[in-house]
This record gives sequence, structure tokens and C-alpha cells, in this order.
Amino acid sequence: MLKAILSRIQQGYRTMRFPAGPPPALSDRFRGLPEIEASACPDDCRACLEACPTGAISRDADLRIGSGSAEAGLRIDLGRCLFCVDCEEACPRGAIAFTKDYRLAVRDRAALSIGQSKRELELARVLDRRLRRLFGRSLKLRVVSAGGCGACEADVNVLNTLAWDLGRFGIQYVASPRHADGLLVTGPVTKNMELALAKTYAAVPEPKIVIAVGSCAISGGPYIGSPEANGGASSLLPVDLFIPGCPPNPLTILDGLLRLTGRIKEKAARA
Amino acid sequence: MNRDDIPLAGLINGGAASLASVPSMSSERLAEVVCEGIGMGLRISAYFGATAADGGTELFAILADDERNKLYAGRARAEGKGFPSIAREHPQAQLFEREIAEQFGLAPEGHPWLKPVRRLQAGGFYRVEGEQVHEVAVGPVHAGVIEPGHFRFQCHGERVFHLEIALGYQHRGVEQALIGGPDRRSPHYAETAAGDATIAHATSYCQIVEALSKRRKSARAQAIGAIALELERLANHVGDLGAISGDVGFLPTASFCGRIRGEFLNMTALLCGNRFGRGLVLVGGLRYDLDEARAAELLERLDSGERDASVAIRLLWDTQSVMARLEDTGRISRDDAARLGLVGPAARASGLSRDIRSDQPTGIYRLTQMPVSTYDSGDVLGRAFVRWLEIQQSIAFIRELVVSLPSGDIRAAPGLPPAGLAPATLAVALNEGWRGEVCHVAITDADGAFSRYKIVDPSFHNWPALAYCLRDQEISDFPLCNKSFNLSYCGHDL
Repeated sequence: MLKAILSRIQQGYRTMRFPAGPPPALSDRFRGLPEIEASACPDDCRACLEACPTGAISRDADLRIGSGSAEAGLRIDLGRCLFCVDCEEACPRGAIAFTKDYRLAVRDRAALSIGQSKRELELARVLDRRLRRLFGRSLKLRVVSAGGCGACEADVNVLNTLAWDLGRFGIQYVASPRHADGLLVTGPVTKNMELALAKTYAAVPEPKIVIAVGSCAISGGPYIGSPEANGGASSLLPVDLFIPGCPPNPLTILDGLLRLTGRIKEKAARA
Repeated sequence: MNRDDIPLAGLINGGAASLASVPSMSSERLAEVVCEGIGMGLRISAYFGATAADGGTELFAILADDERNKLYAGRARAEGKGFPSIAREHPQAQLFEREIAEQFGLAPEGHPWLKPVRRLQAGGFYRVEGEQVHEVAVGPVHAGVIEPGHFRFQCHGERVFHLEIALGYQHRGVEQALIGGPDRRSPHYAETAAGDATIAHATSYCQIVEALSKRRKSARAQAIGAIALELERLANHVGDLGAISGDVGFLPTASFCGRIRGEFLNMTALLCGNRFGRGLVLVGGLRYDLDEARAAELLERLDSGERDASVAIRLLWDTQSVMARLEDTGRISRDDAARLGLVGPAARASGLSRDIRSDQPTGIYRLTQMPVSTYDSGDVLGRAFVRWLEIQQSIAFIRELVVSLPSGDIRAAPGLPPAGLAPATLAVALNEGWRGEVCHVAITDADGAFSRYKIVDPSFHNWPALAYCLRDQEISDFPLCNKSFNLSYCGHDL
């Protein structure tokens, strides 16, 4: 007993102050929101498109770069992006750069497609009034791993540790869908998990929300096109919050959850 | 037959051999040779089917001789609808044979419990009949934040007669998707084969491609790669000791270790920006170097991680109520561990001296003496204590590597080989991931593309042991036993 108390003193107080204080420091090699530099891109270059493992980069053929339209040219779909920097390395002109901006969660799938203009990524809005009244201070989630590799699961789970202490926001992972206000889904949703996911969703009482964490759950990620998997949670369920990454950093996940529940409101400018 | 005249092709870990040099025999003969090999102390690292160039099916066996630091490869042409079962005599082959049956429609004749590995089926569970026997079904969706799997217990009161584990829910077609590669997506399949063992799988994949294209990482890249592999081990071992502590209701260590695990993950992020090591290991090198300032920072963080982890974990061994729950729970004897073909800390906890870093070392591990941490109790305590021994060892090893990092480039020749891989060749790469032996085997076609890519996660060897160790235990001990193995569902299901 005495040893337990002494060890408690030795370990110290470790819960971060975020979001009231600064976020925990990220690695200087952290790969967050990518930025595209329009002017650097010549018309005939396809290096990044060919390097991207998941086809996250597309190019609007009709709208030539340099034609003056800020929306023309390259787009990166953060829902497919693995943040692997294969494109950044393939680009001969340094037109793509991954910034340190960890804020990536959005409410609409379409908002994850980002272009060359410097406009803000439309970060997740708070739930509508009725849902916010219900879930804003108490959100119980049932986590379903449906083909996830264990990395998203691990960084979803880590929010429960004392460093992050998710419970202080009234957010909790619960053991039964009957006790839940929504699902948090990871993985591309394998064919073998389709039925289990549908049943779990059906068991959650209305009103309910769905959160897709990780590129697999958003688009299928590396498993896009696999005959054994679907294209993520949104191919089967209505998704209310998309948190990109492979896996997303816990800070990105927490930021998304807090924006959804209205605990972070500011619309930060792109880094 | 003795160890000097095993009629199979000899290989070294991380090496390649032309298909022509891998002896082909009848499936009866292959089964015979494998059985004899096991009798001599060899073990199955991989046993799988592959579609040959002419459309027929071939069986490939990779055996490991840990004492002699050697691997053996053999193959057999499958004629007709079946092949003789090795599992009849050697249980370590049973999942491999079930997988061959599922993937290639060949029946292992005499297999004691033939059923699918990944294809879901409604029934078919082993049942104990009797008035007072009841069945408990759990999953696929579990209570915690964990992957899906189905567990079927046959119980008498609290006592478990038998547990059967049915997996496959995480099957997303990894091996199938790798056929025709390597391409731009291939490394990402390796990295996500089992996400908490990203470095171990990515390293194995890269060694395969390196072996097939006659390239290798520089000594510096090998050393930094080893640091990443050991950090992966540290994060998971610390996390698991916390989880074990949580499952016996001892919250101090559970709380501390949950955080400390994150510190080790953040050290991996210090190396490469990602907590799981995504994007670090490349074919022929690494993406990121460990510069001096970063090395100093790593050592500093390692010190504080070690200090915190020691205090948290030693608390377990000093607390009698914890020890009473760990001792004698989920025991697996040394003989059973060998028969089941266990790998990793689970094997070492049952007294088997089995560690790729020492038995079949590649890269920087060839230049070091990695002591194998064993324990002889075979119970949850053993599996926990081996983790603690390995934590201390990994920290010491990382320190040693950091202060004596070889100089040179970390990335000699990145990207895909321009001329493709060696055609009609077989390559094998084993690495000691934190759960145990991660085995990748690739076979290339006449054009140098993968015609078969086999991944054996350590979980594939060890899942049956979890079921086995529950026999005659209380059902309430299941979570504790489960955590002591902490096996991967996605690594098994692929």
C-alpha cells in the first residue's frame, strides 16, 4: 500500500490542460494537413498522382493550373490520404508539403477534398441544437473495429488514459450499444463485419451519431477496392464526423470530438 | 535423416533462393520430411499453398532450425483433392492446414478439426454435452476498444471445459492484394498487416524486396531500424503490463502504464513523426535519420520512460494480491508450448528459448548478443515477467545503439527497383516483433512480380494457445489470460 502511494507521488500529475491550455507537443516530423502550392505545378506533371498509394490526389483536367482559377488543378482527398508523404517526396518542385496542423476533423465528407487555395479546411461544426443539448455534456460511444489494423483502435483507446482523460469532457466508451449515443467506427468495414456493424448500429437508441476514425473508416484507406472490404463506415451508415489519418494522432481525434460537442469553437486559420 | 541431410533447400533469414533450387516432392513426402524435421526440433515458420504458373497448386513449407541459425524450404505438387495432414501428429500445423484447405480447396487428410479459418460459419463449434454444461458465446463485437472475434466457451459452472476461438472478422484480403506487386500500395499493406507491429511487418516486407533485388540497408539504417523495432516492443510490453494490471483490478500500474506506453509511442514519433512508425522503413533504407540532437533527446526520454516504467511495473511484483492472481493462471507447459508451436514472449514464458533476434538474426542483430529472456512458469505471471525482462533489455540495447550509431547514409537507393525483382525466386524474412516471429515469404513469377505473398503474424501461431490455456480455468480468468497474450486479430485475419 505504502509503495503504491509512493509510486503515485513519483509519477506526478500528468493530465494535460488541453483544450484550456496548450496542446501537447507533437514531433517536428509530424505530418498533418497538407498544403498545395498552385503556382509551382506544371500542367503536364503527374508525379504525385502516380506516387499516391490510395489515389487520394486528383487533377481536374478541364481547369488548367495557371488559368487563374484558385480551385483548379490538384486536389487531395484527406479521406483517402495515408499521410505517408510519398507525394511530397515524388514532387520535383516541392508543391506539396505536410504541415504540422493536427486539426483535420470535418462534418461533411466533401470538405475533406482540399484544393490549392489557401482557404481554411472547414473544420467540424458543433452538433445541432437538439443533439448538442443531449450529447454536449455526456456522449457515450460504442467503439466498433471493423477491419482496423489496431492502430486507430490504440489511439482511440489512449484518450482514456490519464494523460488525456477523455472522461473530463463527459465522453466515454461504453460496453454496450444499448448504453451508447453513437458509434465510433474504425476500419474499412470488412464483409465479415458488415452484419455485426449493422446490428450494433441498430441496437443504439435514437437519436444517434456515427464517427469514422481513420482513412480506412472514411474511404477504405489502403483497402480501397478490396473484394473483402467495403469503402469504410460511410458506405453503410450515415457518418456525422470524419477524422482523417492513418492513424490519426490522438490529438486529432480529441480535437474532432471536442469540436463536435462544442468544446472547441474557434476556427483556426490554416497553419 | 539427421540435421545434416534434411532434403530441403537451406536458406538464411532475409535470403532468397531460386525456385528451381527448392526441391519439389510429393505431398506425402513433404509431410514426412516436415514431421521428421519437427521430431528433430525444427518448427514450422510457414506452411501454405500457392498457385503455380500452370494453374496447379503447390504447397510450400518453411522450417526453422533455431539451434543452427538456418531455415529450410521445400515444396510439393498437390495432386488430387487432398494432402496428408501433419496436424494429426503435430498440432502446430493445424491452422496452416485449415488455411490451405480454405484457400485452395484441398483437404488435409486426417486433420483432427477441419474448419474454415477466416470464412464465417454459423455453427460447427465443438460442444460438450451434459445437463449441467452451458455454453457462453462472446463477440464478435466486444465490450472494450478491441478488435472483433468470437469466443465460444463450454462451461460447467465457472469452470471452462473448452474454449473455441473463431476469427476472420478482420479479413480484408491483404495477401491477395499483394499479388502482382510490389507496387506503390504494397508497403502500406505490410504496415497495416498488424498496426501495432508496423515496424516488424514493414521491416520484413522490405527485407523481402531487398533480398529479391540484391540490395541492403546501410549499417546506420539497420541500427535505427532496430531502435524503432525495440521502441515498438517497449510501447506494447508496457501497455500490456498495464492492461494485465487493470484486469486484476490493480489500478495504480494500469493507470501509470497507460500513459508511459504513450511516451514510448511518442519516441517512435520523434524518429519519424508517426506514433506507430508509419513511413519510416523503406526498401533499401529509412526515410528519416536520427540526427545528434534527436539522439540526445531520445536518450533523455528513454531515461525518464525507464524510470517511470520501473516504478510502475515493480509495483506489480511487490503486491501480493496481484501476484496471487497472476500465478498459476492460464498455465502452458514447456512441452505443450513446443507442440503448439508457440513463438515470442508466450513461448519464452513457458521456458522455450526462441527469439529471432538471437536464433536467426539479421541486420544489426547479427552484431550483438541478444540474451533470450525466458521464464519457466508458463502462466500469466511468466508471460508478464518475460515482458518486464525484455523491457529492460530493449532499453539497454537502444542506448547501446544510439551511442554507437554507424555513420553513413540511411537511404542508399529508395523507391522501387527499376528493373524489377529476381524472377522465379523465393525469399523469406523473419523478425522478432513484440509478439514474436513475424514471417514474410514471397514467391515471384517469371516477370519478377509477386505470385504469392505469405504473411504469418505471430498471432497465427499463438491463438490456439490462448484457447488451450483456458482449459480447467475459471471463465472469469479469460480477460486476464487474453491480455497476457494480447494477440492480433487483424494480423491473424489479414
